[in-house]
Amino acid sequence: MTTPSSVLVVGASAAGLSVAEALRREGFAGRVTLLGAERHLPYDRPPLSKKVLSGAFKPEQTLLRPESALAKLDVEFVLGDPAIRLDAAAREVTTASGRSLRADVIVLATGLEVRRLPGQEAWAGVHVLRTVDDTLALRADLLTGPRVVVAGDGVLGTEIAATARGMGLEVTVVGPQSAPLASQLGLQVGGYLAKLHTDQGVALRLGIGVQELCGAEGRVTGVRLANGEVLPADVVVVAIGSRPAIGWLAGSGLTLADGIVCDSRCQAAAGIYAVGDVAWWHHEGLGTGVRLENRTNAVEQAMAVAANILGKDRPYTPVPYFWTDQYDAKIQVHGFVPADAEVAIVEGDPALRQFVALYGSRGKVTGVLGWNMVKQTRQHRQHVVDGTAWDAVRALAVPQ
Amino acid sequence: MRVVVDLEKCCGAGQCVLLAPKVFDQRDDGIVILLDASPPKELHAAVREAATVCPGAAITLEEGQ
Repeated sequence: MTTPSSVLVVGASAAGLSVAEALRREGFAGRVTLLGAERHLPYDRPPLSKKVLSGAFKPEQTLLRPESALAKLDVEFVLGDPAIRLDAAAREVTTASGRSLRADVIVLATGLEVRRLPGQEAWAGVHVLRTVDDTLALRADLLTGPRVVVAGDGVLGTEIAATARGMGLEVTVVGPQSAPLASQLGLQVGGYLAKLHTDQGVALRLGIGVQELCGAEGRVTGVRLANGEVLPADVVVVAIGSRPAIGWLAGSGLTLADGIVCDSRCQAAAGIYAVGDVAWWHHEGLGTGVRLENRTNAVEQAMAVAANILGKDRPYTPVPYFWTDQYDAKIQVHGFVPADAEVAIVEGDPALRQFVALYGSRGKVTGVLGWNMVKQTRQHRQHVVDGTAWDAVRALAVPQ
Repeated sequence: MRVVVDLEKCCGAGQCVLLAPKVFDQRDDGIVILLDASPPKELHAAVREAATVCPGAAITLEEGQ
């Protein structure tokens, strides 16, 4: 394979920027263009629901790199102009403003788009949180209204609930699961998380979905649950999930499913790669397709894609990592923690809110979760790398 | 190479410790401890990778001095 002379990266967040940086670090001297839908220079999203929403961070503190570092990268930034069409065979992207950008290699890093409730745009006081602009708008509203309903029992919804509670607001979380994050972390740890939130004074309305928003005179007044009950609210946050931002790729010639379908090299078609939240690729270690929505993957996959663009031909087989910070709890996960996995506490005690749990599936360790036990969690990560036999883990389990 | 860490941005992932344990450690709460602000040349590649993958973008490098 010959080295391309130009690379266009569609998406200017963590994954997209990291591709550009990795290419330059590996000595790529060709033209690199970074196309972003938002008008901002690349910024970091994990702080949005926490430190930016609480006011502890100014928005500028989320910039991924100082402008001086971006200038040294020698990358052309085209910002505030969403991609609307890809011609995969011609390797050409058309943007909302009518630009036409062509390159030898195109990397797709368009991330996620949030799901919304039907008709939510009709009411002031209803928010989503994906961008820094969303976050500042939500913060401004939180500073005026005491009653907040968060529709959503996943990572984002619970982080927002924790931040809003920390701001002294009356917070209710509504969601269809029987425990927060149950589908991500399982029922056991989800139960610990539920207790954490209720101990902090958050009202949980679980096992029920939001049916519709209620409002008057243009502003939201509450949410109606599936059982007809109305929860009054001054502010409603809709955090009911997201989907890969692939709508613009219809008719591109790429295979689309739950993301952009790629091979084990994260290649979607000749000269086309995908990276980050939007990429569904074949994980050779697991023998199955995977799509990861986390910050660490954005960078690690970007490094793999950059190497493959430059001819390394390497499969991408990460041990994923994600974390969430809620109140004083730092919850860290390495590997995979399927909802139906067996769970064994191997350090600490959940009642003391300091523990490490190993997760096992099909006879071996697949993941480790730590709750305020940072070093011990990192040490147990090796079980995930090694795929330690689950029988051996049972012997490590701390009696509860 | 000079290594600078931003304790406010640090999210305690510990990826840096996994990659370069002679240069980075963590406090009990996860926040980074910089063990060596001017690491020797043989560690530079690992430190560069740590700065790259840091999910808090909390590690910056001043190179070329």
